[in-house]
Amino acid sequence: MSDVLAVTEHRRGELRDVSHELITAGRQLADATGGDLHLAVISGNVEEYAEKLDRRGVTEIHTVDYGEEFNHDVYVQAIEALYDAIGPQYVIAPNTVNGLDYAPAVAQRLDLPLVTDAVDVRVDDGLSVTREFYAGKTEGDVDVAGEGALVTIRPGEWPGAEGVGDAVVDAFDIEVDEGAVRSTVTGYQEVGAGDVDISEADVLVSVGRGIEEEENIALIEELADAMGATVSSSRPIVDNGWLPQDRQVGQSGKKVTPDVYIAIGISGAVQHVAGMKGSDTIIAINNDPSAPIFDIADYGIVDDLFDVVPALTEEFGG
Amino acid sequence: MKILVTVTEVAEADDEFEIDGLSIDERYLTYDLNEWDNYAVEEAVQIGEEHDDVEVVTATVGPERAEETIRQALAKGADRAVRVWDDQLADATMIDAATKARLLAAVAEEEDPDLVLAGVQSNDVAFGATGVALAAELGFEWAAVVNQLDLDRDAGVANVHRELEGGVEELTEVELPAVLTIQTGINEPRYASLRGIRQAQSKPLDVHAPADLGVELGESTLSLTSLEEPETESNVTLFEGSAEETASELAEFLKEQGVGA
Ligand SMILES: Cc1cc2nc3c(=O)[nH]c(=O)nc-3n(C[C@H](O)[C@H](O)[C@H](O)COP(=O)(O)OP(=O)(O)OC[C@H]3O[C@@H](n4cnc5c(N)ncnc54)[C@H](O)[C@@H]3O)c2cc1C
Ligand SMILES: Nc1ncnc2c1ncn2[C@@H]1O[C@H](COP(=O)(O)O)[C@@H](O)[C@H]1O
Repeated sequence: MSDVLAVTEHRRGELRDVSHELITAGRQLADATGGDLHLAVISGNVEEYAEKLDRRGVTEIHTVDYGEEFNHDVYVQAIEALYDAIGPQYVIAPNTVNGLDYAPAVAQRLDLPLVTDAVDVRVDDGLSVTREFYAGKTEGDVDVAGEGALVTIRPGEWPGAEGVGDAVVDAFDIEVDEGAVRSTVTGYQEVGAGDVDISEADVLVSVGRGIEEEENIALIEELADAMGATVSSSRPIVDNGWLPQDRQVGQSGKKVTPDVYIAIGISGAVQHVAGMKGSDTIIAINNDPSAPIFDIADYGIVDDLFDVVPALTEEFGG
Repeated sequence: MKILVTVTEVAEADDEFEIDGLSIDERYLTYDLNEWDNYAVEEAVQIGEEHDDVEVVTATVGPERAEETIRQALAKGADRAVRVWDDQLADATMIDAATKARLLAAVAEEEDPDLVLAGVQSNDVAFGATGVALAAELGFEWAAVVNQLDLDRDAGVANVHRELEGGVEELTEVELPAVLTIQTGINEPRYASLRGIRQAQSKPLDVHAPADLGVELGESTLSLTSLEEPETESNVTLFEGSAEETASELAEFLKEQGVGA
């Protein structure tokens, strides 16, 4: 019992990047335990996915050809069956919206300790998982007692695995208990496009909860006007209805890669950073020096945005 | 119809803080109702306002201090509250999602709800796991990260939108009873009215030890062994000085980059 089982992810016909990152994280764990790395590919075009997932370090790829799209009831049953067949020590899954829709249920059913959102893993005496606490302001190690564990890994923390592998592909048959499938995916819907496409902008002035009130958004619009930039935002601004949904940057919003991204009153939560870390130059204006946004910013001002923003607007003749 | 809402208080660290052992020093922490649970409470209260046979009960695993947070939920319209705690829980370095799920499931078994609403995540530990673990513990169906909810009580289903990454929503039909984890933005949470705040003081808030609920807690499988400020790989250049000075330096830099030209 020293193997690792990694559950890969796909959506609407595409493997998601995190699947290749899971191979890297899984290999890291398997090297530490001296075991093999198994992948699970569940639903959809499993053969095509298996081929793409055959990267260096993968021992065996188990395909479960059942259904097209993600359904957590099917995933739970398939992972349980694979767990019984393979007997891995550790199971890893992506810390994504779908990963978090099955991993806790799998952990509960298999009676495995669960640690989510890992940014690093280590095996010494037992498993130790590094993750963040207090909204990214601190980081800690969580020790897991006992033999096995289920860990979800944060997307973007491990590099995607490369190289061509020589994994064995195993078409894994399971009897899905249809009676236990009590939810049905009936379709998908994309968030409607508005008049502005923030992912096309060269310069984004992005506003977060630090702006405090709807009226104050005008300060940001004035700055953006003076600079010839486009306004975007973090999630709470959109949740509050202060800006339309298509202005939201982040995991559930848009991915942007402007030349310059100015984050104003944005703390830099992982789901926000996921959408803007590819920007060429990142500038943060925030009065909290411990805000995680400063970890990824190139330039910063630690000060009250209500002082800095009007002064900056003035500099640009606004 | 009964709706159980799991409600947790979260700790938020001040701008400047110190770590004391495995926790942030109490002096630098403030506690508040978890943002995601605020939306979950609102959703339940709104369902209650649409139908006249709905009771909204909150469930919390937390110390006495959490009652302030629980009263906030009651002030916003929940009818009753249950809180679970004991010394063993107080001594743990970390309460894993499975333990919380077992305790909340014990409350749910007594309450027998048709629907359970949890938050997507608690803002301080952010396991993002308790709601789905609770569903598995109860044998309920579930859906994670719900940003739209239509209940069809006659059909016994919840029609939900699950918010996936990248602006895509999954439309799913979930059989009741179910646990749904609620995403921010699903509604507009109300502020408690003065009347609501007054009424909350006299709403029932029952406190149980795990043993009262028939739950025997074993050794925790997870323990926190270190906590620190992350060593940043940051190479941020900070502009220093008054707001006028920093704004002017930043403007100069931006103009060099061709911004505003
Ligand atoms: C499944 C899921 C998906 C998500 N998707 C997204 C997403 O797509 N995009 C997204 O942004 N978030 C997303 N989130 C939410 C994310 O976790 C954070 O809650 C959110 O990004 C916080 O937004 P914020 O930084 O504006 O607010 P906060 O975290 O509240 O930060 C406000 C910041 O403003 C600063 N501030 C306050 N006053 C001032 C002042 N006067 N001057 C200067 N600075 C000030 C504070 O120091 C603080 O750092 C998602 C969460 C989940 C669970
Ligand atoms: N101690 C707790 N008491 C009650 N509910 C909780 C508790 N911890 C978490 N929850 C619920 O589970 C959700 C997800 O929390 P977590 O899994 O800790 O990120 C929260 O939004 C709450 O609704």
